[in-house]
Amino acid sequence: MLGSLYARSVSGPPLEGIALAVREVSKAFRLPHEQVHTLKERALHPFRTRSEETLDALNEISIDIRSGEFFGIVGRNGSGKTTLMKCLAGIYRPDTGEIWARGRVAPFIELGVGFNPDLTARDNVLINAVMLGLSPTHARERYDSIIEYAELERFTELKLKNYSSGMQVRLAFSVMVHVDADLLLIDEVLAVGDSAFQRKCHDSLMAARADGRTILLVTHDMNAVQRFCDRAMLIDHGDMITVGDPRDVSRRYEEVNMARYGRSDGPVVAHAGDGTAAILDCWMEDETGERSAQLPHGRPARVRVEVEMRADAVHPNFGFMITDEQGRGVLAIASEATKPQSGHFNAGETVTVDVAFDCVLAVGGYSVSPEVRHSGTERRLKDHRENATSFDVVGAAVSGGMVDLPHSISFARAATVERTGS
Amino acid sequence: MNVHAEAPARRITGPAALSGDWRRFLNLTMTLALTDWKLRFFGSVLGYAWSLLRPLLLFGILYVVFSQIVRIGDSVENYPIVLLVGVVLFTYFAEVTGDCVTSVVDRESLVRKVSFPRMVVPLSVAVSSSFNLALNLVAVAVFVAASGVSPRLSWLLLPLPILALIVLATGVGMLLSALYVSLRDIGPIWDVISQGLFYASPVFFPIEFVLKFSDDLGRAAMTNPLATIITESRHLLLGDSVLGASQAAGGKVMLLIPLGLILALTALGFWVFNRNAPRVAEAL
Repeated sequence: MLGSLYARSVSGPPLEGIALAVREVSKAFRLPHEQVHTLKERALHPFRTRSEETLDALNEISIDIRSGEFFGIVGRNGSGKTTLMKCLAGIYRPDTGEIWARGRVAPFIELGVGFNPDLTARDNVLINAVMLGLSPTHARERYDSIIEYAELERFTELKLKNYSSGMQVRLAFSVMVHVDADLLLIDEVLAVGDSAFQRKCHDSLMAARADGRTILLVTHDMNAVQRFCDRAMLIDHGDMITVGDPRDVSRRYEEVNMARYGRSDGPVVAHAGDGTAAILDCWMEDETGERSAQLPHGRPARVRVEVEMRADAVHPNFGFMITDEQGRGVLAIASEATKPQSGHFNAGETVTVDVAFDCVLAVGGYSVSPEVRHSGTERRLKDHRENATSFDVVGAAVSGGMVDLPHSISFARAATVERTGS
Repeated sequence: MNVHAEAPARRITGPAALSGDWRRFLNLTMTLALTDWKLRFFGSVLGYAWSLLRPLLLFGILYVVFSQIVRIGDSVENYPIVLLVGVVLFTYFAEVTGDCVTSVVDRESLVRKVSFPRMVVPLSVAVSSSFNLALNLVAVAVFVAASGVSPRLSWLLLPLPILALIVLATGVGMLLSALYVSLRDIGPIWDVISQGLFYASPVFFPIEFVLKFSDDLGRAAMTNPLATIITESRHLLLGDSVLGASQAAGGKVMLLIPLGLILALTALGFWVFNRNAPRVAEAL
């Protein structure tokens, strides 16, 4: 593993400036094949308890996280990232290895821990805040600003069960924002709520970061990783695959996902559809026909999507959406619009879709989400891959717009017209 | 830059029965206990009154049965007080241990999502029931005042057996809550044992009844810590009209058995809970 190269001999508190030190942390779970819970089962099947599997959830993970760093942990479902988070939070005890933390750690494995539907917002806020590490006195002091932040001033005496789920999430998130810890461990909580709430989440994270807090974010969302994180780490099957620049890690994450995609086992992240087609790969090419994640602005570029048909198909509709770093769709192309008769395909056939366009996108980071749909009016999804690949547009000045279209500018004065080309 | 960079590094070793800051431990225990207590009779018309009414109603039934039908009470001086003390103390024990059994499993969402000293869970159950005990003891005091029993110095010693009861109930509760996580049979088993203890302990009769029946049986019954606690509480409250624990057990030396049992059970409960605490979140 990556970490064992340097951490073998290190022990004791970390150096100044390191907020969190993880050294060769391993964790295995014993998974009994049949959960033996009652005396009768024990008496009837005295040897059955022996039958168990060991799942290595974490293998010698080592990482030093600097004070004030915004650090992302990414990986597929079941890769071990939540287990790592729970070890860092002190909820699981690692089998081997050491974890050192500086200052107060607040884990947010789930929003609203300890919320009780039969209690009022006030009681719930106080309980939740105490669970997350505030003293009751501090919790009461911050109560007003918690309610204000959640915009629930009019509903404080309402029982939580009468809250909408959105209100509950707002309340829970507000408590989280007000528990001031030095080290925040955040697990996927940003994936909830509407877009306005998400923006608020993001703003709060940026504020916490500006305060100099150290933040660990576990997520599937590569856009969030690239936007927020100073560094990121990719975990797969309990092994640390790579650590470093968020863009590289995101790319690696997509590769790991793609590599596994054809296989039937294991969950696939951000994938939807009925499975009658499978998107095997998706990449960008520059004008020379090379795979590239860096596309020069204003030059021809291609999106390539490789699809394996899992069932016979008549005129399927291939398409993709390119989104910018803020998640806004800037370009959507579907074969249906330009070439409705895509053809007949047999099960097992592999198709490569090739879309050429001039890269007029503004300088910045983008991701591509390809999809395949059935033909006809229903257009059911055959397969969809969210953010299957990402690329940067480089080589022009930042204009601030979403696209830089070829254009001309002229200035008209009363008598004369002066032209300047672009 | 991080303003907190100078904070000392702390090793994170995972959950334990007791860990970290004692103030946080206390805050958590009290917060959970109060919530528990608030929710216990939540939604019922009488609300908190039930915590007082429940043992009083049980007392009422037992009183009618044993003073009007079976007539045990006729030969006992101050039978209502003797009975009430027995009911209140035993109810506390049954409540704490019964609630503790499922306590860790019931709080699964907390145990799996937050790091906190695990001992908080059974302790908060004991504290929550102690609020009820305090209320019920007020009821006992009212009864005592109403029945014209004169105050005596020995009342000052009453906190001792009550403290022993709280320690015993908490210790047994810790043991049960830790065992229940991996062995769910503990639930029904403890129901039966608890019912058995009700009859094996001098709850609706004074220990003299067993001693009258057979000296050996009475001595044996007095090895039960609950019998010692209830008997001694009655003696301290009512004076010599009720046998003291040491006389009933056949000498002060014999009291070492129930005292030893209290300490042993509590130590065992703590040891088992402490041993299982780090892995409880995974076993759930």
